[in-house]
Amino acid sequence: MGRLEVRMLAALVLGAGLAALQAPVVTEAQDGPIRLGMLAPLTGPFAQVGKDMVNGAELYLDEIGRVATGRTLELIVEDSEGNPSTALNKARKLVEQDKVHVLTGGLLANVGYALQPYIDGQKIPATYPVIAADDITQRKPAKWIVRTGWTTSQPMHPFAEWVIKHTKYRKVATIGMDYAFGYETVGGFQHVFEEQGGRIVQKIWTPLNTNDFAPFLAQIKRDADAVLALFVGRLAVQFMKQYEESGLKGRLPLLGGGTTTDESALPAMGDEAIGTLTALHYSEGLDTPQNRKFAKAFEARAGKIPSYYSEACYTGARWIVEAIKALQGRVEDRDTFLAALRRVSIKDAARGPMTIDAWGNPIQNIYIRRVDKVGGRLQNVVIATVPAVSQFGKYPPEEYLKLPLYTRDYPPCKHC
Amino acid sequence: MSGEFWITQAFNGLSYGALLFLLASGLSLIFGVMRIVNMAHGSYFMLGGYVGLSVVWRTGSFAAALLAGALALALVGVGMERFFLRRLPGQTLGQALMTIGFALIFQDLALLIWGGDPYSIPVPATLQGVLTAGALRFPVYRIFIVVVAVVIGAALWLILDRTRVGAMLRAAVDDREMAQGVGIHVPRISFAVFALGAALAALGGVIGAGFLGVYPGADFEVLPYAFVVVIVGGLGSLPGAMVGSLLVGLLDNFGKALFPELSYFTLFAPMALILALKPTGLFGRA
Repeated sequence: MGRLEVRMLAALVLGAGLAALQAPVVTEAQDGPIRLGMLAPLTGPFAQVGKDMVNGAELYLDEIGRVATGRTLELIVEDSEGNPSTALNKARKLVEQDKVHVLTGGLLANVGYALQPYIDGQKIPATYPVIAADDITQRKPAKWIVRTGWTTSQPMHPFAEWVIKHTKYRKVATIGMDYAFGYETVGGFQHVFEEQGGRIVQKIWTPLNTNDFAPFLAQIKRDADAVLALFVGRLAVQFMKQYEESGLKGRLPLLGGGTTTDESALPAMGDEAIGTLTALHYSEGLDTPQNRKFAKAFEARAGKIPSYYSEACYTGARWIVEAIKALQGRVEDRDTFLAALRRVSIKDAARGPMTIDAWGNPIQNIYIRRVDKVGGRLQNVVIATVPAVSQFGKYPPEEYLKLPLYTRDYPPCKHC
Repeated sequence: MSGEFWITQAFNGLSYGALLFLLASGLSLIFGVMRIVNMAHGSYFMLGGYVGLSVVWRTGSFAAALLAGALALALVGVGMERFFLRRLPGQTLGQALMTIGFALIFQDLALLIWGGDPYSIPVPATLQGVLTAGALRFPVYRIFIVVVAVVIGAALWLILDRTRVGAMLRAAVDDREMAQGVGIHVPRISFAVFALGAALAALGGVIGAGFLGVYPGADFEVLPYAFVVVIVGGLGSLPGAMVGSLLVGLLDNFGKALFPELSYFTLFAPMALILALKPTGLFGRA
């Protein structure tokens, strides 16, 4: 054997060896666990909502045995503490250390905005099941983020139309939390309400640290037909109680953004909440087989009724799994994974049918709900369903996107 | 701005001030006697609310909730004083740090025991409803808060001003060493003051839970208000705590009603002014 042959043989053997070494690595990567990284606040004032979120995601994964297309699903949860800089550090850990295939979760809009540049920079497929700040899928869309939740103003467009059609309220005063979530809720309502002949006669913004609402309630114009309120969590509980206490409940019927009577706060309210009309893409009281099954399973697991946050992460986990199934589990290529996440549609989600628009936000049912006592406890009873609502309402997206974002002063209060 | 507006807002401010008085009077006394900046005082308020909540759930009695909340937190306060703070006599920073540590531990404990959802204590039917006078409306519960604060304020004043214990306490506030020198058992007084201060804060917590609710974060939300009251009124002074609470309640209310965007400014600018003119607070002594 000449030296050349020896070399060639050696090269062949070595090459085969290397190939043999590599081969299992390749299959391992495609059969190994798919890692889902989730961020939620598990300590601090938002800890309970964070737990509701994680419980929702875990419930769905347990239901499918934590397997999709033969690959194990591994959920890695990190505590964001509801703080943008902590969330960013934890996202880094999930993406760079744990090497998750997809990132999900997040509760507060400031966390959502803080993560956006990182997610786009890393090109890591991500979903936002809860964060609703309008512009994430509107004027400043994130390429790598698919929203499986909702935009803040999405339920308010059809809600305003419904109020015009089905009630006599034409003059509405608004009171809401003084930050983006409040502006986008009130703005979405005002936009459609005034276009259809209603008038917003007053806009009150309450500082986030308010706990005594008396100084604001005393200012509400008594000649309004109704009041639209937007609060979250304990603020919703306090507001509801003090609204009745101030004697306004009997005079001015209450309308609200969905969180004002969300199931995360509703059990803490008393009969004073009865009659409040709100709109959201979910209600625990939604009477479909899919939702009854979800609500029952969630209550058995968590010992409390599901809030919209729970459903958001339950369906959010399902959304990711549907994309994994569409790819037969081949999630390693990030571009195709992202494309699959942007193509999911679910006919029978707990909240109802969902498809997705080109900007990455679901088109889904909006439910008009009225708080009532059902079986001895308060429930958001669905009294009307507006099917297949887009984040742009009935406006053509291109036209809608030319309008400014809803802010504290937009739309301006012409009738104040 | 109608007369109705001013009267309603003044009443709201008064009732909020009354709640602040329950919270702040204890803080003021504790500081006066022991020179401890108790950062866990807001925790007494929150935990009082939670204990009251548990009692209402089990017994349905609001009165029992008030009693149980106050007693339970008096025990907690005494435990803190006896086993921890007393070991650091005169070390202001060490004590403050320790109380912060307690506050954080209490926060986690509350989350563990009661979860993080907001709750509110159901108020007995007799305290619900509204009294009306013409166009004016006064919620009965807010009147109740004012009455409780007045009764407790009067009782505290009588004890401090008219009894032997009160005289000993005032002596301990004025000059701890001198009081010790003339035979007053200051540690025993500290013990009693801590129990009383924590119980009052917890009472405020249960009453507050009736219209503010109980929720994680309530502790650090009320704490700055309590400190403002105490610092403006003058540390260790009961009349100071009374006037301070009233002032803060009214300022906060009118500030939020008239200039909601400036709600912190309208509260803290007058504070700064008062302190600049009278650094020891309105009723404090150097």
